[in-house]
Amino acid sequence: MNIMHYLADLLVRSLFKADPATWPYTWIAYAVVIGVGALLAFAFVAIFAGPVTWIERRIAGRIQSRIGPNRNGPQGCLQWLADGIKCWLKEDLVPATADKPLYLAAPYLVFTGMFGAFVVLPFGAHVIAADLNVGLLYILAVTSLVVVGLLMAGWGSNSKWALFGGVRSAAQLVSYEVPSAFSLMAVVLMAGTLSTQGIVGAQGGWPWQWFVFRNPFLFAAFIMYFISAIAEGNRTPFDLPEAESEIIAGYNIEYSGMRFLFFLFAEWANMWIMAAVATLAFLGGWQIPGISPERIAEAKGWTFVGWQALSFAIFVFKGTCLVFTIIQIRWTLPRLRVDQLMITCWKYLVPLSMGSATGVLLLMALVREGGIVDWVMRGAMLLVGLLVAGAYIRKVRATFMADRDNYKKMEGRDLWYPPYRLP
Amino acid sequence: MVPTVPPAVSPHRRPPRGTVRAYFRNIRLALSTAFDGMSVTMSYMFRRPLTIQYPDKIDKPVQEMLPESYRGVLEVDMDRCTVCLQCQKICPLGCINIESCKNPETGNREVTKFDIDIGLCMYCGLCAETCNFDALDHTREFEATVTTPDQMILHFVEKPREVTKLKAAEMPVRKHKGSILQKMIPAFGRRHPQEVWTPTAYAAAPVPALKAPTATPKPAAPVASAAPSAADSPTPEQAP
Repeated sequence: MNIMHYLADLLVRSLFKADPATWPYTWIAYAVVIGVGALLAFAFVAIFAGPVTWIERRIAGRIQSRIGPNRNGPQGCLQWLADGIKCWLKEDLVPATADKPLYLAAPYLVFTGMFGAFVVLPFGAHVIAADLNVGLLYILAVTSLVVVGLLMAGWGSNSKWALFGGVRSAAQLVSYEVPSAFSLMAVVLMAGTLSTQGIVGAQGGWPWQWFVFRNPFLFAAFIMYFISAIAEGNRTPFDLPEAESEIIAGYNIEYSGMRFLFFLFAEWANMWIMAAVATLAFLGGWQIPGISPERIAEAKGWTFVGWQALSFAIFVFKGTCLVFTIIQIRWTLPRLRVDQLMITCWKYLVPLSMGSATGVLLLMALVREGGIVDWVMRGAMLLVGLLVAGAYIRKVRATFMADRDNYKKMEGRDLWYPPYRLP
Repeated sequence: MVPTVPPAVSPHRRPPRGTVRAYFRNIRLALSTAFDGMSVTMSYMFRRPLTIQYPDKIDKPVQEMLPESYRGVLEVDMDRCTVCLQCQKICPLGCINIESCKNPETGNREVTKFDIDIGLCMYCGLCAETCNFDALDHTREFEATVTTPDQMILHFVEKPREVTKLKAAEMPVRKHKGSILQKMIPAFGRRHPQEVWTPTAYAAAPVPALKAPTATPKPAAPVASAAPSAADSPTPEQAP
């Protein structure tokens, strides 16, 4: 049962002592609860997108041997507020030759496209605004609204750079929607439903129950979805629409003040959306290890609330890990060229993701779920994942150790400076 | 990862040998190079940042971290200065202004003015090079912000004082570089932000401790009647 539906019914029953099924004003209670839910989702976006800008800059600083913003508030944690207030106070310029209605409307369209996806994101066992039966399709569709917004911004600005940026952005988003849709299709085939809660429910809390470790094709689909999600979000290494070396800032070049802020806001909100979709589709979503969804649904009182909070925390934790990876990729990989971008999509990702969806179909037809082959496959994929993680840690350590002694000799200080030590 | 794929060929012919292999090699390279790059950036999360957080979050003043040969604001140790005027002559910008006269009572040469306009100085170091007595030198002071333009002229002689007659070897040891400057300009940089120096306050400021080892001689009559600041004193005869 949907938590918002439940809350609205509870409101009617306790406050007005009426039966929600027969009471004529139930829809008002529903409208109020929907409004509150939208506000909560908006607050989550704001609270997430704001500090993540600061966290990203701190991480970028450490990756480049710098510190990052640490002046505004304790360790600079109020930097995002300062930036936001600065943008709000700036003048809202409209170029004289701009197509004014398009120019003014574009940021809202971009933001609506991003924000619409939050409706179906399952934050917890029952913490979801609306569990649509076409959830994943809805996410793909509503985030496509962003393309319209970016094209409007590019066209409406009446500037070469903005137009280049808008067209590039549109080309990129439209292209990369194909592999991301195919990768998600593999998951949809496995789960047998498009509903986000259904997909999470088809997985389990333990890693071997996640879709990513189910079989090799889903593992590949996860990587391909991640790549194409980064590309759809216009993040580095696919940030051609904002390539400052070629087109100074892209579609948002003529924007200033609050409208400019909306583009950035949407970009960081989108980072969360792609991490959340990857989490729910491949990494088990909010599933608590060892606790079945039925047990959560049957729990009463504070136990129920506790399970909800725990599942919410698990979902946000997984999403945050992916967001960190996206940030790290941004500060690691150089930007692709336009032709490389298109080749990556059409020559590599599209055929491979189609292949992975076909492979998933084949395995579903050939391998019985829960059978010995299925478990061998899960174990092998889990082993692969662990090996990759182990190799990663080894490589990080080796890179660190290669420079440690020289640093000590030159600086007389230890190179070791863990991330939790804030300078 | 892209250019290694050979150009497309006619569909009627078999693709050239190695095309498929190159395709999969590109995938492998893309993944492995991204993996390598990610591990390098991750290792930097555990490394000490290079940033020196000037001006507050530092272990010691930045002046002490700079190399010894750093060319900062000029400083004169008047105990070692013989008023040979070599620095004044060689300065391409004329930012050094020295005046001296003979005391009619004692008959000794006295220096009445040693001004350096740090607003004019271009830190070329010629004066420091030419100084034979290690009196004029660059310090590692770089925080030369002052509140009024006239404070940019440093007065190293506040009261007329006798010029040393000692040979270079007998002279007192050169004072620690920067110590004279730090006493002269408390408004320098951020170290004493509480003191705002006005021109009057500057003129009336106590003379920095630049006592010569010998007893301070009585200043000449025309100079003694002048204002305490050497900058305001009437110009006596120019030293040769």
